Amino acid sequence: MPFEMPVEKWAAAVNTVTLGATAAEGGTRTSTVSVGGETTLPFLHFEGQAPNRPMIAMEVLDRKPQEWAAPLEEALGKAAGDPAAWARACVEEFGADLICLRLVSAHPDNQDTSADQAVATVKAVLGAVGVPLIIWGCGQADKDNEIMPRVSEAAARENCLLGQAEQDNYKTITAACLADGHKLITQAPLDINIQKQVNILVSEMGLDLSRIVMYQATGGLGYGMEYAYSIMERTRLAALGGDRMLSMPMLAVVGSEAWKAKEAKTPAADAPQWGDAAPRGVLWEAITATTFLHGGVDILVMWHPQAVAVVRKNTDALMQPVASAVGPKEA
Amino acid sequence: MLVIGERINGMFRNVRKAIQAKDADTIKKLAAGQVEAGADVLDVNTGPASDDPVTTMRWLVGAIREATQVPLSIDTTSAGVMRAGLEAAGPRAMINSTTGVQEKLDALLPMAAEFGVPIIGLTIDEKGVPRDAMGRNEVALRIVAAAMEHGIATDQVYIDPVILPVNVAQSTVREVLSAIRECKILADPAPKTILGLSNVSQGTTCRELINGTMLVMALANGLDAAIMDPFDTAMMDAMIAAELLLNKQIYCDDFLKAYRQR
Repeated sequence: MPFEMPVEKWAAAVNTVTLGATAAEGGTRTSTVSVGGETTLPFLHFEGQAPNRPMIAMEVLDRKPQEWAAPLEEALGKAAGDPAAWARACVEEFGADLICLRLVSAHPDNQDTSADQAVATVKAVLGAVGVPLIIWGCGQADKDNEIMPRVSEAAARENCLLGQAEQDNYKTITAACLADGHKLITQAPLDINIQKQVNILVSEMGLDLSRIVMYQATGGLGYGMEYAYSIMERTRLAALGGDRMLSMPMLAVVGSEAWKAKEAKTPAADAPQWGDAAPRGVLWEAITATTFLHGGVDILVMWHPQAVAVVRKNTDALMQPVASAVGPKEA
Repeated sequence: MLVIGERINGMFRNVRKAIQAKDADTIKKLAAGQVEAGADVLDVNTGPASDDPVTTMRWLVGAIREATQVPLSIDTTSAGVMRAGLEAAGPRAMINSTTGVQEKLDALLPMAAEFGVPIIGLTIDEKGVPRDAMGRNEVALRIVAAAMEHGIATDQVYIDPVILPVNVAQSTVREVLSAIRECKILADPAPKTILGLSNVSQGTTCRELINGTMLVMALANGLDAAIMDPFDTAMMDAMIAAELLLNKQIYCDDFLKAYRQR
């Protein structure tokens, strides 16, 4: 008896979101990135369309991290500390599709740098690379409400993706996005109900649902990844089932999460039974990222260039339609 | 759940007057208003008083189509009026309704196949409405089997187990709820289930409360669709809350708003 692939009929598609604006669109980017548009679960090419491949954003901090595992230091240490140089290396040497700039130094517990400083950093990175930017504040609500409107204005018409709107702090960043033509990250703490609520709140301010990318604070491999995965999967099922308030593309922050794990960052000397530190950390990041691809993530924020290379290779393979032997017969 | 708005029916005085006066604006407002209130489909019934129901059906559908493109449930017992309605409505339509009576099946199932539209089947046969759930599903099976013979997918058949007014036939409510639940095993994919909801409260006081409570109970038993009044906000809210409690919608604090912005 010939095998027939069971094919699910879905009611709706994931929104398509385009980031970056070229000169023709009023910006200065040399390339744009589109994500989303899926009409089926990840990589089920026999069932529906995935018109846009998942994209890799490499993360650039405006200050070199204070704790920095040796393999990261080796790969990125030369450029880290100069955000423009770091971003340029990510694009030119490692092929990043986007740059995810995080303005960590503005945090009051970090260096409490000023909004002027944040604006200068953003302008430097915009000048250094042509890919679209994701720009995140420092994570402290009051400070972000001070710096992000300025940052947004400085990057006006570049069609950046700005982070982040949360349930108890969304108005300032949403207003900035509306004013300056950016896209917005809505964030929830691994909670699909709050995620949906944040999306409603920002849409009530007039931000079109097609300008949102969702982020559920991610857990790394061994540290909550399966929980994050199941929420992503449920979110995507809701989107395909027609829930417009959850039908946005999803983003996962992988690099910083994966490298937090002791299994990723502990030197070989301290844990000889775990083997060499470099491949271990790279694999930790690559496996976390590849797992999230299967959960439906559209943008991965990553750190290590080798992990990026592995995930890109995995993505290439996953984006190939399955062999006709297992798919339904062509009509 | 599929909400089929019941308000464009010649039995309502405002619709009857609009038909007589060829007042398309009233019909358009009723159509747009019901969609705005959450109707996914609009029922269209010329009412019993029309002298020329074919012409009236064409006129009603034409007026509605000026206001909205949502699917229309063409509601008539006459095959001729049904055809006129389906031709006027375009591909977004459904047949309301056949029964299990052979003559009806012979007239309406070929039309469902020809127009490629879903069909509502009332569990009524030559002897009338069966007394219990099993009797209702015997008729349902006859309808589903006949539909299959005409090449109609089983999930394009909406079985209506016929709710009777609670002040006349109180014991049938439980039978209808059982019928809704058990109907799902008649075929794979399962037939859909539907109720002409407002019938349950005919001639009673507190009609809205009875309708809303019936709807929530039916949803908990697996109801897929109802012909109902979308202007009854309390009932629509109860329906949305029931979908939430049945895990068909994902909770958020503004779940009523989220559902209405689908």
